[in-house]
Amino acid sequence: MASVDVRGVHKAYGATKVIHGVDIAIKDGEFVILVGPSGCGKSTLLRMIAGLENITGGEVAIGDRVVNNVPPKERDIAMVFQNYALYPHMTVADNMAFSMKLRKAPASEIKERVDKAAKILGLEKLLDRYPRQLSGGQRQRVAMGRAIVRDPQVFLFDEPLSNLDAKLRVQMRTEIKELHQRLKTTTIYVTHDQIEAMTMADKIVVMHDGIVEQMGAPLELYDRPENLFVAGFIGSPAMNFIKGAIEKGGFRDMQGTLWTIGKTPAGSVGKKAVMGLRPEHIMLDPKGLKATVHVVEPTGSETQVVADVGGQTLTCVFRERISALPGEAIMISPDKTVTHLFDAESGKRLH
Amino acid sequence: MMASASIVTPSEPGLFERLKVNRNWLGFWFMVPAMIFLLFFLAWPLLLGMWMSMTDMRIGRGGSFVGFENYQFLLDDRDFLRATAFTLTYTAVASVFKFAIGLYLAILLNNNMPFKAFIRAIVLIPFIVPTVLSAVAFWWIFDTQFSIFTWLLQQWGFLGKDQFINWLGDPFLAQCSVIFANIWRGIPFIAITLLAGLQTVSPSLYEAATLDGATGWQRFRFVTYPLLTPIIAVVMTFSVLFTFTDFQLIWAMTRGGPVNATHLMATLSYQRGILGGRLGEGAAIATAMVPFLLAAIMISWFGLQRRKWQQGENND
Ligand SMILES: Nc1ncnc2c1ncn2[C@@H]1O[C@H](COP(=O)(O)OP(=O)(O)OP(=O)(O)O)[C@@H](O)[C@H]1O
Ligand SMILES: [Mg+2]
Repeated sequence: MASVDVRGVHKAYGATKVIHGVDIAIKDGEFVILVGPSGCGKSTLLRMIAGLENITGGEVAIGDRVVNNVPPKERDIAMVFQNYALYPHMTVADNMAFSMKLRKAPASEIKERVDKAAKILGLEKLLDRYPRQLSGGQRQRVAMGRAIVRDPQVFLFDEPLSNLDAKLRVQMRTEIKELHQRLKTTTIYVTHDQIEAMTMADKIVVMHDGIVEQMGAPLELYDRPENLFVAGFIGSPAMNFIKGAIEKGGFRDMQGTLWTIGKTPAGSVGKKAVMGLRPEHIMLDPKGLKATVHVVEPTGSETQVVADVGGQTLTCVFRERISALPGEAIMISPDKTVTHLFDAESGKRLH
Repeated sequence: MMASASIVTPSEPGLFERLKVNRNWLGFWFMVPAMIFLLFFLAWPLLLGMWMSMTDMRIGRGGSFVGFENYQFLLDDRDFLRATAFTLTYTAVASVFKFAIGLYLAILLNNNMPFKAFIRAIVLIPFIVPTVLSAVAFWWIFDTQFSIFTWLLQQWGFLGKDQFINWLGDPFLAQCSVIFANIWRGIPFIAITLLAGLQTVSPSLYEAATLDGATGWQRFRFVTYPLLTPIIAVVMTFSVLFTFTDFQLIWAMTRGGPVNATHLMATLSYQRGILGGRLGEGAAIATAMVPFLLAAIMISWFGLQRRKWQQGENND
């Protein structure tokens, strides 16, 4: 096991710059998730750590060793690919044993390790099958088995669950998390699914267009997003953004509605800003603002409502059941303690 | 009376009517045109040839049935035995080289390099040039006086300036020369087909193998090669069949000479049957190729049977 340090890493394909200086420090045994929209450079970063891509600038260190010029096989990392990349002509057992066979490990050791990995992943009965004869979830487990057998310093996962159906994804999520708690191997995991990131990570790194927007524990990112991008990216359904200006005792939006919010940052009165309101932080309140209901989507445990407050469209999530029909009005108000304010120009958090 | 005439009982459709719409037979009907075609142009000439090989037919004169006399005669015919032996050597040597070089080229072309499309097109050239035209080129290449090989050997000092090699005049050298020409011509087919095969191998498999610690050679040995075997089997079967039945190249380059050293079974059959007029004997030589070809097909048939890892549900 080892720490991983990414220091000022750049990547360019010819003239196209894709990663513009990324710094990430990953502690030994940490489960770090890189998350961000498609094309932001997550896979590229992961592949640079693995050694499958050259590093254009900066440094990547595994443990104490800078690995920029160390070939992949000497970095002691194992990677699980999005398409699993199982060798189709080898049985499950051979797939898992391949790396050990290459370094001529004794047969008894190979068998012992493969059996152990198979047991951890519940693959005992499938060892003689070929990848084609497995379901998606089983293949996914074999891919993990191949990584586990190696007993590497670092696990790298590139969107390992994106080919699975929703239910299996939830199940595998738990399994990967459990596996990590058991093996305590440093893990870097790429996904563009923020739910995956929130539920699994010790630390989330939000990336966007080749830079790191924010890094931190899942709830930290949820509670105190540092900028508009992170605020909009983390949380589902996404945060509502309302443009306007800060006033004494509240926030007035462009349509003129005054929202009462908690304390405003010092010296910010009159400043143009964007207020962020999470859908789940809007409450029914008879003394609140009048909202005209557009769409009601009950999910059973909660109800999602799209409503209009003085020309401003809002998504709200209520624990209560809403019986209002489209066109009818409900009274709402934001939870004053958890409103977010961002600078209208820079998008940075104001408080 | 009148009433009975007006009652229309839906009559049982006739047998042919039923066969026309039956699902199982429908497939058969669709195959009929192709089958007629095959019967007429493949099976019929083959059977006719076999029949002819059992007669003493000559051009312009119908023959009478002589049983296996032609074959008995061939068994004692040194030229025939020599042609058979050379056909086998020709096929074996050329196929081995074509495979090795073709595979090497395919792997080379599969790498990223500048002017990729252009280089791939160049590799195809030997395949595109008409055989007869390339044979003319080979006359020059193997010409006694103007051969580029002789020239090179002279330049490198292996040969004196006034020494020449009679490439196509010496039996052994002529054999080597035609094999060389066949290899040159056959490589593009193999290289391009294997290249197509290589491109179906997912790059992430190589990446996975790299991370698993495989060297370049091990990646080839344990990933590329096994995944390529089905295509190798197909392409080598075709290559062996084409090489074994080769005619054009030999005929254009040497006509089987010198002293019948470069005769293949096909050229010998043509010489005896058409030029020599002894159709029965020519047909017997041609028919004698069939067992060899069948053997080659059988070998690849069993080699080609779907491997276990190819079976089962598709995963892409
Ligand atoms: N070989 C390449 N040449 C040029 N540009 C590339 C190359 N590979 C990737 N890119 C570019 O680099 C950027 C980052 O790609 P990357 O694959 O890292 O995205 P990602 O964050 O993994 O996205 P996704 O979530 O869709 O997998 C993209 O804009 C992509 O177009
Ligand atoms: Mg990606």
